[in-house]
Amino acid sequence: MDWYPLINSLRIAAVATVVVFFAGVWLANLVARAPRAVKGVLDVVLTLPLVLPPTVVGYLLLILLGPRRPLGALAAELLDVRLTMVWYAAVFATVVVSFPLMYRTARGAFESFDETLADAARTLGHSERWVFWRVKMPCCAQGIVAGAVLAFARALGEYGATSMLCGYTPGSTATVATTVYQLWRTGDDAGALTWVLVNLAISAVVLLALNWFEAYGRGAGTARARRTVAR
Amino acid sequence: MSLSVDIRKRLGSFSLDVSFEVADGREILALLGPSGCGKSLTLKCIAGVLAPDEGRIVLNGRTLFDSEARVNLPPQRRRVGYLFQQYALFPNMTVAGNIGAGAVGASREERARRVAEQVRAFRLEGLERLRPAQLSGGQQQRVALARILAGDPELILLDEPFSALDGHLRWELEMMLADVLRAFPGGAVYVSHNRDEVYRLCDTVCVVDRGRSEEKLTIAQLFSTPTTLAAALISGCKNVSRLDSWPGASCQVDNRPGANCQGGVLACRDWGVSLTTSLPVPPNVTHAGLRAHYLRVFADPANAAGLPNQIPCTVERVIDSTFSTIVMLATPGGALLRYECEKDAWAPLAGARELVVTADPSIVMPLVGGEADA
Repeated sequence: MDWYPLINSLRIAAVATVVVFFAGVWLANLVARAPRAVKGVLDVVLTLPLVLPPTVVGYLLLILLGPRRPLGALAAELLDVRLTMVWYAAVFATVVVSFPLMYRTARGAFESFDETLADAARTLGHSERWVFWRVKMPCCAQGIVAGAVLAFARALGEYGATSMLCGYTPGSTATVATTVYQLWRTGDDAGALTWVLVNLAISAVVLLALNWFEAYGRGAGTARARRTVAR
Repeated sequence: MSLSVDIRKRLGSFSLDVSFEVADGREILALLGPSGCGKSLTLKCIAGVLAPDEGRIVLNGRTLFDSEARVNLPPQRRRVGYLFQQYALFPNMTVAGNIGAGAVGASREERARRVAEQVRAFRLEGLERLRPAQLSGGQQQRVALARILAGDPELILLDEPFSALDGHLRWELEMMLADVLRAFPGGAVYVSHNRDEVYRLCDTVCVVDRGRSEEKLTIAQLFSTPTTLAAALISGCKNVSRLDSWPGASCQVDNRPGANCQGGVLACRDWGVSLTTSLPVPPNVTHAGLRAHYLRVFADPANAAGLPNQIPCTVERVIDSTFSTIVMLATPGGALLRYECEKDAWAPLAGARELVVTADPSIVMPLVGGEADA
């Protein structure tokens, strides 16, 4: 059996998650501290991909990245690379589609962060960078990791925008999701079922990991509380 | 001079206008006032966490903030230690990590030395590897103080340090805090709404009333002879009455119009009596105050004969309190007067319906209220 679709899916999801992680954390931190009006506008724009059909996202991306479109033409001209119908084109699609999950979870974590901790660090003489990396990020770690796991899971399952940007080329742009559709369409029910099972297994593992992580975070908290009471 | 603050800030409909000085390098100044009066806001402005709209803050000759000269040092460069109400320990760090976070810029060895020093000073031995969530409230406060002192600040700000603690824990911590503040070479500003804490811990006090700071007093002055309505109330004066009018605006001492009169007769509208005072009366006096503990009561008017400031009252209510008896008395003016005494002292008077209350002229406090109190 050819495992290329699985490897390709994992590779796309991994790259997309890294991009979404940094972009999501950065923008979430920005929006959490922004004035209310700016916050409202940015929040709508950044969350939009969550509620748009993936085909709409794919269509908009094609307008930007297509070979005869501004960015696509620029990339072809300067770097001699295509931005569609290649495996990494799926990264663009999955980044946009999974970004809101990372962003919203991280923003929630940042908004519940106690700003007096940051003030305390500042009065002690610590820089903004120190405050962010040594206090804010560790305090919000649980929410941020949960967001990254969700974004990764969503990236793995992305179909609509990916198929519009990359199509389906075996051994090149095929992902688990597009392979299932292609095999079913061509009447290969057994092949499709195999990939469905693979997909189910991966999703289950990811969600189990998420639950375990949340339970671990809570469990550590209650264990601590119990020890404090015992003291 | 150690610290001089003169700032104004508007926040929505609230306006802050405070000015005070901590003159002596080791002075502990209290900002005393009810919650929401702007005490914590003032501390935040001194620490640099918030910027005032205008004014000046100078610490040991260094300008921390000056709206005219456009100076606004970031909190990192102010060298002001801030003990937050909930201590603000970093939950992701151990006790040692938290204290070490106070020693900014120190080398690894120097930091370890300072952490060890503070751990010893605050009796935190054995807790170094625990996290804040594993500590009691009192231990958390000691860690927060140790963290501040590890940074060697020039000034310490304390924001209601005991509000997060249970009553029985407070006393031991208060004694420890008193030692820490006495040993600290710089000044301190202590924010509280608790007059007893302030009386025990501080040297001077600045009453803050609805965003405005009043004149700085010594602790003794605040409790013996407060001169403003806000100071009298926050120092525990239970009885105040509005005055009908004070003709003494024309009172002249040494031919200076507008000076305080040495004593006078105050027409107390709410109590329906005129009371003689021997205390200085400012020309803009608006209220009179009587402390519940200093009043004398007589069941038989004959025993009060010859005493000044007699107020005939009827007993409205007797309340048996923890260690004292509180008696609410209806005055001729209708307002209730609160009298408080030892339980034993009340026993012979129990059952009396009519009482004569007397107030020595030295305890009738002329007070100046704000515009909104008139």
